Amino acid sequence: MKLDVKLERRATPHPLMALLYPALAIILGLLIGAFFIVAAGADPIKAYEGLVYGAFGDIYYITETLIKTAPLLFASLGITVAFRCQVWNIGAEGQLYAGALAATWLGLSLVNIPALPHLFLMIFIGFLAGAIFGSISGVLKAKLHINEIISTIMLNYIILYFVSYILHGPWKDPVTLWPESRPIAPTAIFPVLMAGTRLHAGVLLAFICVPLIHVFLNKSVLGYRIKAVGTNPAAARFGGVSVAKSVILAMVISGGLAGLAGMNEVCGIQYRLRTDISPGYGYTAIIVAMLGKLHPVGVMLASVFFAALINGADLMYRVTGIPVALVSVLQGIVLLSVIGCEVLSNYRVKVIKGG
Amino acid sequence: MVEEILSPEFIAGFLAASLRIASPLLLATVGEIFAERSGILNLGIEGEMLTGAFVGFAITYFTGNIWLGIFAAIFAGALYGTLMAFMSVSLGTNQVLNGLAITLLGSGLGFFLFRIIFGVRTVLPYVGGFKTIDIPILSQVPIIGEAVFKQYSLVYLALILVPISHFVLFKTTTGLRIRATGENPKAVDTLGINVIKIRYACTIFGAALAGLSGAFLSLVQFRTFLSEMSAGRGFIAIALVIFSNWSPIRAFGGAFLFGAAEALQLRLQAIGFAIPYQFALMVPYALTLLVLIAVAKKVAGPAALGIHYRRG
Repeated sequence: MKLDVKLERRATPHPLMALLYPALAIILGLLIGAFFIVAAGADPIKAYEGLVYGAFGDIYYITETLIKTAPLLFASLGITVAFRCQVWNIGAEGQLYAGALAATWLGLSLVNIPALPHLFLMIFIGFLAGAIFGSISGVLKAKLHINEIISTIMLNYIILYFVSYILHGPWKDPVTLWPESRPIAPTAIFPVLMAGTRLHAGVLLAFICVPLIHVFLNKSVLGYRIKAVGTNPAAARFGGVSVAKSVILAMVISGGLAGLAGMNEVCGIQYRLRTDISPGYGYTAIIVAMLGKLHPVGVMLASVFFAALINGADLMYRVTGIPVALVSVLQGIVLLSVIGCEVLSNYRVKVIKGG
Repeated sequence: MVEEILSPEFIAGFLAASLRIASPLLLATVGEIFAERSGILNLGIEGEMLTGAFVGFAITYFTGNIWLGIFAAIFAGALYGTLMAFMSVSLGTNQVLNGLAITLLGSGLGFFLFRIIFGVRTVLPYVGGFKTIDIPILSQVPIIGEAVFKQYSLVYLALILVPISHFVLFKTTTGLRIRATGENPKAVDTLGINVIKIRYACTIFGAALAGLSGAFLSLVQFRTFLSEMSAGRGFIAIALVIFSNWSPIRAFGGAFLFGAAEALQLRLQAIGFAIPYQFALMVPYALTLLVLIAVAKKVAGPAALGIHYRRG
């Protein structure tokens, strides 16, 4: 008797595998990462120990990880909304800087106003700036069918050079030597939540966005339309949903959330605008969103994981000399593994008995 | 200033620089045209370029043989292309995400390996780079000779590639099969032609050219490796594919436009035209948006672009 093993496509993904594959992807990523660490001549166990300690080793490291979770969480929730609509927003990095730019402007120009209204205005303008910047690509896609991947990436470069220009020129702090703005007003700064750390109220705001986006996507009409367009645009159109409006709305919300990430860095960490307020949060957020399976809760967990990676990589570098760039390699591998593992959950292994 | 701009030396130098800057874009664009004509949207060329730039640089640096560096870069690009094809053609996963993952992986890996091999340096390592080759007789023609026929060998290669790839795509059976695969893979399959093989071959060929394009940057243009050296050129190339309406001849026009814009910007700054350099650096990205808006709704890609083909 001959046994034949075949992969057979499932009608619906295996429920347990669908839940487990992000974990599998992380393990695969770390294993391949270990290979690179060995290739670099270091001990992978030691390197990963340093990485974990640098991320969660004591209360200070934990708060630092949470601080880096916030911008990732804002941006990746935004990407989740866009990707659910099958709008490939790669522009979170630029939208983040748009939010930071507007927040800095308001933080510099508005003085003599109590802290609470000032902070609310900062949050509002951060969202608004990111939303407007994101809507450019949304309108170009909806009205002219211009590929949003290309337009968002081009806008990323354009705004980064604009920020560089404004910080070397008109907004440059005359006191310091660096390309950075003057400090924003004290009333525009997020209060610190825990003495002796940098944990600030913006982190709380990021976590509050998780249930908000969850409710928006699952309980609101607009969220339903966005998902309908993402699942099947032809059917959505037939059902009376305006595809163009949903695409633009997805980009507005997506950009707005990324704008909050930029505002958050200005009001919570830097207290001024710098050219390097984001070490690529907007790009990492794409992987975070995918690893979190485009579900707000999953995205939250994935944000903590990647914040830990970014944070822990610093200590890993100091302990073992492994370049921080390993994180970018891991990001690429994890994304590839997530995509690959997702395929696995769509198939079942079938053993066929033959004569 | 006007006499300076209109002098034959200025024009010849400007045209030569335009062609030189256009060449890596042209290589990547022509490669991507093949992939997209077969139905595969490869968004990984930015990462393939950066890895090609690194591999080409490192091999040249250690062996002293620039052609070995070039071949290594092409090979590295092809490896990424194989991965892209495996994910997109065999596994049938989302091509947009496959490409982005390869871009992130390629960019990260290039920089990571550079740091491991070369460490942190205050003075960047350099390679000797190419010498220009003067084409006999033609290089003596005023202006044109200086601009076109005193170039680097890789510029000639990029230029020759345009008519060859145009011929292959539009005048041969192979080209017809590639284009048909991108339009209607089911019909092609019905005729007994291997869709999978064609898509693999085109994706790998395109990625190999992206690797070569990266090596052009590190070996000809910069003669060193920088983590940001591809600077979105991979995505500009994807925009040029759309601008060119998936035709290599028109791709040359698009790439030359970008080369000219950048060369003009550099030259105007050199003779003291006062604009903040950040605005000058924005030019290619703003231009990309503008050309996309200009051709919007006037171009149409292959019908099956980005769609996974499953038999049966």
